[in-house]
Amino acid sequence: MTTASGPLLEVTDLVKHFPVKRGLLIDREVDRVRAVDGVSFSVAPRETLGLVGESGCGKSTLCRTVLQLLKPTAGSVRFEDREIAGLSRRQMRPLRPQIQMVFQDPYASLNPRKRVGQIVGEPLRIQRSTSGAALRRRVQELLERVGLSPGHHDRFPHEFSGGQRQRIGIARALALQPKLIVADEPVSALDVSIRAQIVNLLDDLQDELGLTYVFVAHDIGVVRHVSDRIAVMHEGRIVEEGPADRVCERPSHPYTRSLLAAAPIPDPRESRARRRVDAAGP
Amino acid sequence: MSEPLLAVRDLRVGFVTEGGLLQAVDGVSFDLVPGEVLAIVGESGAGKSVTAQTIPGLTRSPNARIEGSARLRGEELLEASEAELRRVRGDRIAMVFQDPMTSLNPVYRVGDQIVEAIRAHRERVGEEEARRLAVEMLDSVGIPQPERRADAYPHELSGGMRQRAMIAMALALDPDVLIADEPTTALDVTIQAQILELLRRLNRERDLAIVLITHDLAVVAEIADRVLVMYAGRVVEEGTLDEIFYDPQHPYTWGLLGSLTRLDRERPERLPQIRGAPPSLLDLPAGCSFAPRCPHAFGRCTELPGLKARPGEASGHRDRCWLGPEEKRGRRELDGRIGLEEPA
Repeated sequence: MTTASGPLLEVTDLVKHFPVKRGLLIDREVDRVRAVDGVSFSVAPRETLGLVGESGCGKSTLCRTVLQLLKPTAGSVRFEDREIAGLSRRQMRPLRPQIQMVFQDPYASLNPRKRVGQIVGEPLRIQRSTSGAALRRRVQELLERVGLSPGHHDRFPHEFSGGQRQRIGIARALALQPKLIVADEPVSALDVSIRAQIVNLLDDLQDELGLTYVFVAHDIGVVRHVSDRIAVMHEGRIVEEGPADRVCERPSHPYTRSLLAAAPIPDPRESRARRRVDAAGP
Repeated sequence: MSEPLLAVRDLRVGFVTEGGLLQAVDGVSFDLVPGEVLAIVGESGAGKSVTAQTIPGLTRSPNARIEGSARLRGEELLEASEAELRRVRGDRIAMVFQDPMTSLNPVYRVGDQIVEAIRAHRERVGEEEARRLAVEMLDSVGIPQPERRADAYPHELSGGMRQRAMIAMALALDPDVLIADEPTTALDVTIQAQILELLRRLNRERDLAIVLITHDLAVVAEIADRVLVMYAGRVVEEGTLDEIFYDPQHPYTWGLLGSLTRLDRERPERLPQIRGAPPSLLDLPAGCSFAPRCPHAFGRCTELPGLKARPGEASGHRDRCWLGPEEKRGRRELDGRIGLEEPA
């Protein structure tokens, strides 16, 4: 058992390298891609850690390595004070219900041949052997919880809009009452008017269910809105970490500053003012 | 006011589908003057891309129903033959897309593709001259070592460089109009900022008129002179950049502006949202298409409002909503910022 004040997730010096191999009969390692290169962070219960960075910075690999979907090259991942780095699939299985993932593309992450009820109920069927009327009831509860209607149970994913599909993905992630949800770009594929709905839904679910989030995105505006703390990732490392407002208002690392300076300002007057300053030079 | 370069009138584009006629664009009109950046904003299904692609004839197909008019310097494009369109495309009206690989051929060197585009339109330009122009174009879009990069294949370039190469190819023939369809959506923010800066510079230095298609109002704020906001195939509001941002008239525009995240402001407790989802184009509500999602909708919204300027206001700022000017002013403010108020 973890103490109330201890972190739910603690990652220390995590490394994930991919060998680059060449050779005809015997593969020789000629180089390494250092996708995750010594990353440490921790997340307290009920906290949201935002992980921001550009494409190729290693943020998705980091998520997968933390969840043991990829085997870490080195380092430690402690979940509720228990070391999970290097655990086999079988050893991870009892822990899986507590750590769930929400994916970016709600079109690619739902099996098009299965009904919504099967998709959301599958984790319950496999992990909890729930079936029949009890399963149906629980799935309908989950659908309602994420803002869908219980009547959606027998429909197929293609009958839903992008935002509704993301709700289905969230319902599936919630099925086993997880403690930690790792959300990898959960709103970046959605239309602007829907993005706010999903961000607010995740917010509400955190309050109601006491969830802990690692929220990964390239959009620093969204990350700042949802996060208590932000970690900025660049070339496989975390270059800056701190309270969300502090990181955005007083960034200390040059890379964070360049990310913030590049984010477009949705305000024509201020955007013009910034361009005048840029044109005038430092 | 200068003569419009591009005049689009009552453009309607429908597609015959198994589910019936899908009216993707339902009566869009606008003028583009030389040197202007016009942004067309909307979500998926709004009809912004179909509008942009219909102008140079890219949506023509047996099941497309295209009506209205699109004139480039007075020449009607919607009725032009394929041969005429081929002459116009690239030469006078060019397009760039979200994914550069839709324009760039993966098996040809970047420089050769630009040379081919130049020579297809300019018979008198020799191979060497075209090559020199191609390298010059790559240089002008900010590709370092353009001589060397001209010999690269598209996959050897980074995403941002590929986007630049596509823009170089689009501009090689010095077109009057550039249609840019989500040109920065797939790019990282730092690269996006560079591409926007490049488009601004080309707009300024060459007087290039740009139609920018985007879902992102923050990008619009960085570059546009005028804005059309589209919803479910129709323009719901149009105006200058400042009119749209500081005096928006349509509730949908309020909602879009309200849901933007601002790094330079204290974050709100909740992100203002627009309820529901955009309607299916095969099953549009009668009247205002936004009414089912609009907390301010009332009885009259079952009739379709016209795109109108307010009495006594500049005629360039028009919107499609039945609310009166006073009602709009009173309802669009939400905690001191513009937003779409959630129903109590």
